[in-house]
Amino acid sequence: MPPDNSAPVKAASAAGFAVAQTKRQRTRLMIRAAGMLPVLVLLCVGFHFLSDGRFFSGQNLGIVLQQAAVNTVLAAGMTFVIITGGIDLSVGSILAASAMAGLIISKLPELGALWLPAAVLTGLGFGVINGSLIALLRLPPFIVTLGSLTAVRGLARLLGADTTVFNPSIPYAVIGNGSLTLVPGVLSIPWLSVIALLVILISWLVLRRTVLGVQIYAVGGNESAARLAGIKVWAVLIFVYGVSGLLAGLGGAMQAARLYAANGLQLGQSYELDAITAVILGGTSFVGGIGSIWGTLVGALIIAVLSNGLILTGVSDIWQYVIKGLVIIGAVALDRYRLQGSART
Amino acid sequence: MFCEHRSWFLKIDQLPRRGELRFSVACAAALLFNESTRADVAHKTRVTKRLPSSARGGEKGTMSDPILQMRRVSKSFFGIKALRNVDLTVYPGEIHALMGENGAGKSTLMKILSGAYTPDPGGEIRIEGKVVHIDGPLGGRAAGISIIYQELSLAPNLSVAENIYLGREISQFGLLARDSMRAGVGPILKRLGADFSPSSLVAHLSMGQRQLVEIARALHARSKILIMDEPTTALSAGESERLFSLVRQLRAEGLAIIYISHRMDEVYALGDRVTVLRDGTLVGSLDKPQIRADTIVRLMVGREVSSFYKKDHDPRARSGAAVLAAVDVGDGQRVKGCSLTVYSGEVVGLAGLIGAGRTELAHLIIGASPRTSGHIEIDGRAVNIRTPGEALDAGIAYLTEDRKSLGLFLDMSCLDNINLSVLGQDAKLRSILDRNKARERADIAFATLSIRAADVGVAAGGLSGGNQQKVLLSRLLATAPKVLILDEPTRGVDVGAKSEIYSIIDNLAKSGTAILVISSDLPEIIGICDRVIIMRAGRIEGELRRTATSPLNQEDIMALATGVEQLDAS
Repeated sequence: MPPDNSAPVKAASAAGFAVAQTKRQRTRLMIRAAGMLPVLVLLCVGFHFLSDGRFFSGQNLGIVLQQAAVNTVLAAGMTFVIITGGIDLSVGSILAASAMAGLIISKLPELGALWLPAAVLTGLGFGVINGSLIALLRLPPFIVTLGSLTAVRGLARLLGADTTVFNPSIPYAVIGNGSLTLVPGVLSIPWLSVIALLVILISWLVLRRTVLGVQIYAVGGNESAARLAGIKVWAVLIFVYGVSGLLAGLGGAMQAARLYAANGLQLGQSYELDAITAVILGGTSFVGGIGSIWGTLVGALIIAVLSNGLILTGVSDIWQYVIKGLVIIGAVALDRYRLQGSART
Repeated sequence: MFCEHRSWFLKIDQLPRRGELRFSVACAAALLFNESTRADVAHKTRVTKRLPSSARGGEKGTMSDPILQMRRVSKSFFGIKALRNVDLTVYPGEIHALMGENGAGKSTLMKILSGAYTPDPGGEIRIEGKVVHIDGPLGGRAAGISIIYQELSLAPNLSVAENIYLGREISQFGLLARDSMRAGVGPILKRLGADFSPSSLVAHLSMGQRQLVEIARALHARSKILIMDEPTTALSAGESERLFSLVRQLRAEGLAIIYISHRMDEVYALGDRVTVLRDGTLVGSLDKPQIRADTIVRLMVGREVSSFYKKDHDPRARSGAAVLAAVDVGDGQRVKGCSLTVYSGEVVGLAGLIGAGRTELAHLIIGASPRTSGHIEIDGRAVNIRTPGEALDAGIAYLTEDRKSLGLFLDMSCLDNINLSVLGQDAKLRSILDRNKARERADIAFATLSIRAADVGVAAGGLSGGNQQKVLLSRLLATAPKVLILDEPTRGVDVGAKSEIYSIIDNLAKSGTAILVISSDLPEIIGICDRVIIMRAGRIEGELRRTATSPLNQEDIMALATGVEQLDAS
């Protein structure tokens, strides 16, 4: 019955198809994992030459790392949120409120040393409130955090009666301006960067080595399926927004220690955008379920290198805005392109 | 071998008319529906016998010229051939069934005809004898080909008329001419026997009515070839039946219909010719008289499937203790006071029409939606199940009917998919992943369920339907459930994997698991179940038991599912 021109099927063809398919998947995974690292390297090398060799100096690299630190911490929290398919627009405001709270506590004679946990816990509190509204009242993350972006900013101003709070003798100021000396006189890393790296490392452990981590990816990949598989989706959501808030609080503490001061109006303005940009540049998908914390680190470094390099090469402040904006759009375009080839059908 | 298949079908039929074997096979499917369909099939069989399509090519006259000829059409992706040298000829006034396992190349072929893919150079496509090049999504429509996809492509917030005119709107002075669009659509809807108006909003229509809109859209575009991809998956039995008679009407009007389906009964009921694809190659075309289950299955899988349904377990071999009992369970809307019991080592079918509330009942049992009445007992003790997580803790695992949106995590690896529900209990200190154990579980699952993928690390979304289903099943089995509720366990699964899933179910029953199978595929329920519970309109309507003397039969089940007997009595 089969027409005479239908070639006999070779079992090998099916197997070959499968092998080639996984090979393609593997290269795609590698591209996803390496992601923006080549871009970062190219930017560094490019700026090095454009700035007549000033980029790769110990001092400048230290500045880049220090500049990247706070954004890296915020972006780490943002990575948790975006992997679940959500967004946290309120991190800049939470950072300001936490820094204010920390500075006010630091000025109290007896409790001064507690300013650091106070700042972090303030952030955690706001994050948990965000998470509860999203997980328990089932409100959209965008709306909830857009609301708290404004509301928490207001609270931050309220805390200091809309003034700048100074404390030149703030305890632990070393974390803001000191460096960890690795090789005396040659190599030292700012404490801010050490904290940021630790945050990245712990985030990686949580995301990749714990049950909770897998559940975070699962909730982002398919929330209804996660619920049916017995995952407590509400708990996962409260956790990720809690982490984002907590890390925003830590970011606030880092800023406060660095500046010896905080201002509810100006501190952390539009930091959420830099954090989101870093996450998206790092290959984490806006749709949820896909992403890596190392990508986020690379993304945050790209932003810092871009700022630093543009200043070194003498590009005007105005053009820096334009270029950074185009980078955000390019990143989202990349996200779309990546999704096209993914297994999602 | 052949005899075994024949007996399988006779079992379904339950009306062995030995003189007319083929005929009765064709009717077996029609029994699902009603007498008129059966008569219709009989009529058609006779007609096509007089006019065997193999002879048509040689005849003269317009009817016998092929409308579509594909010659040596191939398609490769990055050097991998998804379709190789396919020759397909379709005549007007013919229902041409296209079958094949998942990944056999059906959708690639379809996408070439719709213009979504460009075929490799070397082949040619002729429509009414003229070579055509189908470019872009509008190319197919321009060439007279319309495709109705499984997931209908209608805009729900637009009216029927607007949907039909989508992309070809009539405008006057730059404004939409709604009235003339409605007027243009009216006659076509009337011809199709539609019971809704051109101005109805698509969102308010049932799935069957939406399909009608799609067909109207194709007719309105003056398509000569209509491709339907598994059109009945979302339809109830009544709606499917209406669709069948409509498809036959369209055939009588001279349309060529390419009908893609996994369901044998539909192919028997409708197909004038069956073409089978396997691994991208056309392995055979059968004319009406040759259409037989064993032949098709053999062509599709490339080997004999020795026994399709497997039921070796014997519920009486076990202690027969009640494992799952649902008592008076209801949600106040779609499920009303349902009680059922499943015993250890028993496979119980839950049959009923689409919309009878079977899936909803399962969701109530596992706590996926809130109960308003009743309670659940496990091993005779009442348990309070409020979430699917608590159901898993109580030993009830549920396989969803909607694998892709409610079951799998397509971007995650098979390994993670398999381990997801047991991560907590395997973990060190209840929180740190035990990666060796996870790997081991995934490897064992791959081996015992013969999941075919290059590696446990491959994303689940890249697997075929059957392998995806097995991955999902592995996740449930990892929890070592006492009760397994399987909702449409073989939907969208190819023939070979279906058979494997049946034997997995059989083995689980042997090991004492209590299994509840929800299925709309009656031959499947009859083939694997010890007992069938039938639901209708949210209530449990009755129960049929398989005994040594009287096996289960489709007519009894359908009578309870549709409530025909009650109508007769009144």
